[in-house]
Amino acid sequence: MANGDGPAGDGGEPGAATRLHGFSRDELHGLLADMLLYRRFEEKAEEAYAIGKIGGFCHLHIGQEGLAAGAIKPLRADDLVVTAYREHTQAIAKGIDPRAVMAELYGRTGGCSGGRGGSMHLFDTAVGFYGGHGIVGAQIPLGAGLAWAIRYRGGDQICVCFMGDAAVNQGAFLESLNMSAVWKLPVVYVVENNGYGMGTAFSRVSATDVEARSGAYGIPAHTVDGQDALETYRFFERLAERVRRGAGPQFVNAVTYRFRGHSMSDPVSGTYRSKEEVESHVRGRDPIALLRDRLMEAALLTRKELEGIDADARAACDDAAAFADASPLPAPSTLYDHVYAEINPNGRLFLDGREGAPAGGRAGGGGRTPAGGGAKGGRRG
Amino acid sequence: MADVAEITYREALNAAMCQEMDRDDSVFLLGEEVAEYDGAYKVSRGMLARYGDRRVVDSPISELGFAGLCVGAAMAGLRPICEFMTFNFSILALDQVVNSAAKMLYMTNGQVSVPIVFRGPTGAALQLSAQHSQACETYYVHAPGVKLATPATPADAKGLLAAAIRDDDPVAVMEGELLYNVRGEVPDEEYVIPLGVADVKRTGDDVSIVTHGKMVHVALQAARVLAREEIEAEVLDLRSLRPLDADAILETVAKTNRVVCLEEGWPFAGVGAQIVSLIQDEAFDDLDAPVLRVTQADVPMPYAKNLEQLAKPGVKAVVEACRKVLYVPNAAT
Repeated sequence: MANGDGPAGDGGEPGAATRLHGFSRDELHGLLADMLLYRRFEEKAEEAYAIGKIGGFCHLHIGQEGLAAGAIKPLRADDLVVTAYREHTQAIAKGIDPRAVMAELYGRTGGCSGGRGGSMHLFDTAVGFYGGHGIVGAQIPLGAGLAWAIRYRGGDQICVCFMGDAAVNQGAFLESLNMSAVWKLPVVYVVENNGYGMGTAFSRVSATDVEARSGAYGIPAHTVDGQDALETYRFFERLAERVRRGAGPQFVNAVTYRFRGHSMSDPVSGTYRSKEEVESHVRGRDPIALLRDRLMEAALLTRKELEGIDADARAACDDAAAFADASPLPAPSTLYDHVYAEINPNGRLFLDGREGAPAGGRAGGGGRTPAGGGAKGGRRG
Repeated sequence: MADVAEITYREALNAAMCQEMDRDDSVFLLGEEVAEYDGAYKVSRGMLARYGDRRVVDSPISELGFAGLCVGAAMAGLRPICEFMTFNFSILALDQVVNSAAKMLYMTNGQVSVPIVFRGPTGAALQLSAQHSQACETYYVHAPGVKLATPATPADAKGLLAAAIRDDDPVAVMEGELLYNVRGEVPDEEYVIPLGVADVKRTGDDVSIVTHGKMVHVALQAARVLAREEIEAEVLDLRSLRPLDADAILETVAKTNRVVCLEEGWPFAGVGAQIVSLIQDEAFDDLDAPVLRVTQADVPMPYAKNLEQLAKPGVKAVVEACRKVLYVPNAAT
């Protein structure tokens, strides 16, 4: 999409615009459809979790969909994304089929990580999605490394590395920003700033604001309203091109809000944030409602079109859940698969002696062999 | 016969890295002091001049960060050699070793391998005190997904490091400050020793000392002492701990029926504990005596010279353990 091919903004008279922020009607409908898909997907996951189809930790992105669409959709197919564990919608945005994401949440072979990763470890390198990492901040040096590899090979892709606001207090964050600046890596660090690390307000445990964190390393800081998908999209479109042309690492404070609890077992509100605070965001800062209302005001969306888009999103998520449900569990015989990429022909890699572990060993043995020789006994006495 | 040269362990490691960097552009070396300073222990001497700063890269003192960066680069298909000035400092980076490198292939269902080498010295040198004197093998081998090689000689250093660089999995190569000046014959030609093949460094019929890394030299010294008493000790150098050459262990047990496990690290959940488990599980009936372990004392390494000597697993302790499994009274000396 070219920049500046239309009125930059929504200042036109209601009913008169054919474009909004430079987006065509089709493009706007596409973005709205993406975001509705993310919302319905997460609602479906919530439902599946409640009936035990999904286990473990499950972190929903509801309320933050503007960022999944706005920051990822402007990227090229060969750009790389790496992120933390609230990543279902980001995986879909980068191009993983919702069926493969849902099947992963279900722990099935049809999942994008074969059921071995689960909600927090979604991967599909074919679309440039590098997970899905469960230790807060650990994906940040990985993102720097992915960008390092791009630069090493002389490529013109970029790496977008997402993190929550709490991650900026990890040492890995500081170390990675420093190295990225020293080596001018093609990486964009995006803080999804929803104000809370689990149940602790960022401000309660942080000496400075998020946007202040990159200045010490000379990395330009930007703040964007993550609830405004159109602004976010245009912002990332420009930023990605700058980084592609060699601008070096960038740091984005994307302001957003989480409408659900930290994970499925946590309350939406309670001791750490009030019900009123959550409700005011749900009422006034829902990225999907904001986009919908703007399109309707600009006469770029009819109620009927909206209903059609939403029905499609719901159908896609029903289909994803049906696919996941029908997808088989991983075969028990695969337990030891993919621990090592290379099973060395010599020696044992697995020390548990269980049935099913690849044997290794020089004589094709190396598995459990009962000591049947009997003691030579008392050779020296 | 292939050409061999007598070079140091340090030079052999350098030769392995150059050998692999010459044949594969995706291999690069990154770590503290590796480039302009020629390496904290001069292992990478001359490599910056030879390969330039694209491939030989000085890092900031950020173990967690640069280890993670190297893991990320490996996820994208490069083959980083990530040097830790010592493995003591890599404890800062263990999250990236254990949670990222070791588990990545599994979590991704085989999509993302991590062909990285972590290398540097492990264990104690001389009076470096508690925080700079610990054997880190068990931190690494504990995690499925990681491999570990522990060369004891210059030839093994070249061959095992080359194998580690070519391996598609994360491989730690643990060296030793006190090994860097050890000299030995090393093939000039391209040289690779497969992981998982132990090496009998000395043959003997009476007792087996199963060990690895720097302790191979302690075992050999102990064997020389024992030889004066007409006790012939076999010294089995495991060379890699994952993959572990279980066959070689079982063979030497079957041969001598008496085993002493020697390692530089602490006893609790140590390497020797794993070896003993393997032996009692698969060669119980071959044993003529309980297997003994010789390890560092179960204390942090003290600074004072006399206490440090007491804490380290030394020749005397190995000799005594060998006599004990042979039921030869130690009071004899």
